[in-house]
Amino acid sequence: MVTYIIRRTLMAIPLLFGITILSFAIVQAAPGGPTSLLMDPSMKPQDRVKFEEKYGLNDPVHVQYVKWLGNMVQGDFGNSLIKRGVPVSELIMNRLPNTLLLMISSTLLAACIAIPFGIYSAMRPYSKLDYSVTVTSFLGIAMPNFWFGLILIMVFAVHFGWFPTGGVATLNAPFSLWDRIHHLIMPAIVLATADMAALTRYTRSSMLDVLKQDYIRTAMSKGFKEKKVVLKHGLRNGMIPIITLFGLMLPSFIGGAAITEKIFSWPGIGSLFIDSAFQRDYPVIMALTVISAVMVVIGNLIADILYAIFDPRIEY
Amino acid sequence: MSQINVKVSQDDLQLDPRLNSKADTLTKIFFRKFMKNKLAVIGSIVLFIIIVMCGLAPIIAPYPFEQMSLLDKLKAPNSDYWLGTDRYGRDIFTRLLFGGRISLLVGFASVAGAILIGVTVGAIAGYYGGIVDAILMRFVDVVISIPSFFLLITIVTIFDPSVGNLILVFALTSWTSTARIVRGEFLSLRSREFVLASKTIGTKSYKIIFGHILPNAMGPIIVTATLLVGSVILAEAALSYFGLGISPPTPTWGNMLEDAQNYTVMLTAPWYPFFPGLLILITVLCFNFIGDGLRDALDPKSDD
Repeated sequence: MVTYIIRRTLMAIPLLFGITILSFAIVQAAPGGPTSLLMDPSMKPQDRVKFEEKYGLNDPVHVQYVKWLGNMVQGDFGNSLIKRGVPVSELIMNRLPNTLLLMISSTLLAACIAIPFGIYSAMRPYSKLDYSVTVTSFLGIAMPNFWFGLILIMVFAVHFGWFPTGGVATLNAPFSLWDRIHHLIMPAIVLATADMAALTRYTRSSMLDVLKQDYIRTAMSKGFKEKKVVLKHGLRNGMIPIITLFGLMLPSFIGGAAITEKIFSWPGIGSLFIDSAFQRDYPVIMALTVISAVMVVIGNLIADILYAIFDPRIEY
Repeated sequence: MSQINVKVSQDDLQLDPRLNSKADTLTKIFFRKFMKNKLAVIGSIVLFIIIVMCGLAPIIAPYPFEQMSLLDKLKAPNSDYWLGTDRYGRDIFTRLLFGGRISLLVGFASVAGAILIGVTVGAIAGYYGGIVDAILMRFVDVVISIPSFFLLITIVTIFDPSVGNLILVFALTSWTSTARIVRGEFLSLRSREFVLASKTIGTKSYKIIFGHILPNAMGPIIVTATLLVGSVILAEAALSYFGLGISPPTPTWGNMLEDAQNYTVMLTAPWYPFFPGLLILITVLCFNFIGDGLRDALDPKSDD
C-alpha cells in the first residue's frame, strides 16, 4: 500500500513537468511574446535592449523556461502586467479563500442532494421518482450555467429582490454571517447544478450494480430492514466508484467555478482569470493555468489513494 | 425390428416461419433499438427541426439579422416579432436562427476535427502499445489536467477568435477523451484473431488499423462525438457570453445573452435573456438524449 502511494505520487511528477511546459509553450506563442504589453512602441532602441536584458528576453527559450519554473517553484509567479508591481501570488492569495468557500459549499450542496436521490432512484428503479430524477439530471447536465445564473439573478435579485446580484458581502457593512450566506446561496446553487446532475446519475448506476450483488440478497433474506441493508451494506460499496468521479469532474468543476464567479462578480481566482484574459495579463494567466492544473493533478492523486484505501479488493 | 410409426404431417416439417424470413440486418436492429428510446427519438426530431431552420435561416427568417428599428426597442413577443426584439429593435427570432448557424457549425466542425485527432492518437497508442503508447498517453494526461475552459480562454486571448480559429481551438482542446476511449478499444481489439489473421497474411499496419480495427470501434466513437457536440456548443456559448468568442454584430446564442445581461433589459424585457439560453439548453439536451440512445442502440450486448 505504502509503495503504491509512493509510486503513484512519483508518477505525478512528470505530469506536472508536462503541464508547465505546455502552459509555457502556449503563452510563448502569443504574438510579440508575453511581455509585449510592457513595451512602449515609441521606445528607443537602446532602451529596448536594456529592457530585453532586464527581463531575460534574449535568453534562449529553454533558459527562460528553467528560470520561470525555478521562480515558480519558490512561489514567485512574477508581477502583474496590468496592476504594475503587484506580485501575482499576492493577487491569487487574496482571492483564493473566496474560491475555496464557493467550491466547498457547492460540493457539499451537490453531494447532500445528489447522493440521497441517487440511492432512492436505485432502490426503486423505473418508478415515477426515478424518472423525474433522471430527467432532472439530464436538464442539469445540459443547462448552460451562465444562463442559469443569469435567470436566477433576473428572477430572484432583479424582480423579487430576495438576493443580492453579486459579490461576497454587502459593501462597507460590518461582518455578519447571515450576510455572507445570503450572498453565497445563488452562486453555490449555480455551481452545484452540473455536478449534482452527474453525481446523481453515477450514484444511481453504481448503487444499482451493488444492490444486485449476492451479499445484499443474503442480508435481505436474513430479514434485515431494507433501509439498513441499503445504507449500511450497499452504500459503503456503492460509494467507492464515486471517489474516482470526484477526481474526474475536477477540471470541469474548476472551469464552472470560473464562469459562476464571473456572473456573480464573486472575487475569486476564476473571475481573476477571466479579467486577466481580457487584459492580456499573461503572468496571471500562466500562473492560474498552472495552479489549476496542479490542483487537478493533486485531486486525482488523492482520489486514487482514497480508492486504494477504501477498496481492499484491489491489490497493488 | 420394430418400427415406431409416427404420422408426420406436412405442417410438422415446416420450418419455424420466423426462420424463413431473412435475418435482420445490423442497420435494422440498430433502428429498432434506437426507436425504443423515446427521449432519443424526440431529441432527433427536435434537433432536425433546429438544424433545418437554422440552415434555411436566410429563407425562413422574417427580417435581415442586422436590421434595426429603433422604434421597436425591447418589444414583447407579438405577431410582428414572434420572440420580441432586442435593445436595438432587432428581431430576436431572426437573430436566434442566424446565431444557431454559427453555434452548430462550430459544434460539428470542431468535433469532426477533435475526432480526427483523437482517433489517430488513440489508434496509434492502442495498436502499437509500449513506449509509443506511454508517450502519447502521458501527453493526453497533461492536456486533460489543464481545465479545458482555462486552456480555451488562454488560447483565445492569444489568437483572434474568428469562426475558423474557434473551430481549430475547440478541436485542439477536446480530442483527449476520444483518444482515451479509442485507445481502450484498440487495446482489447488488437489481440483478437481477425487482427492476427490479417497480420499473418502480411496486411500493412495502417490497413489493419483503419480498415479492420477501427470499424469495430465505431460505436463508442459515434457516442462520444454526439455528446461532444453538445459540450462544444455549451463552451462556445460561454466564450461568446464573456465576449471572448465571435464578436457582435454577427449574432451567436452566446453573444446575444451577453447583450441581454443588463439591468434594464432584465427588468423590462425578461424574454430577451430567456430565449437564447433556452435554445442552447434544448439543443444540448437533444445531443445528450441522442447520444444516450445511440449508446444503447450501438451496443451489441444491450437487450433488444
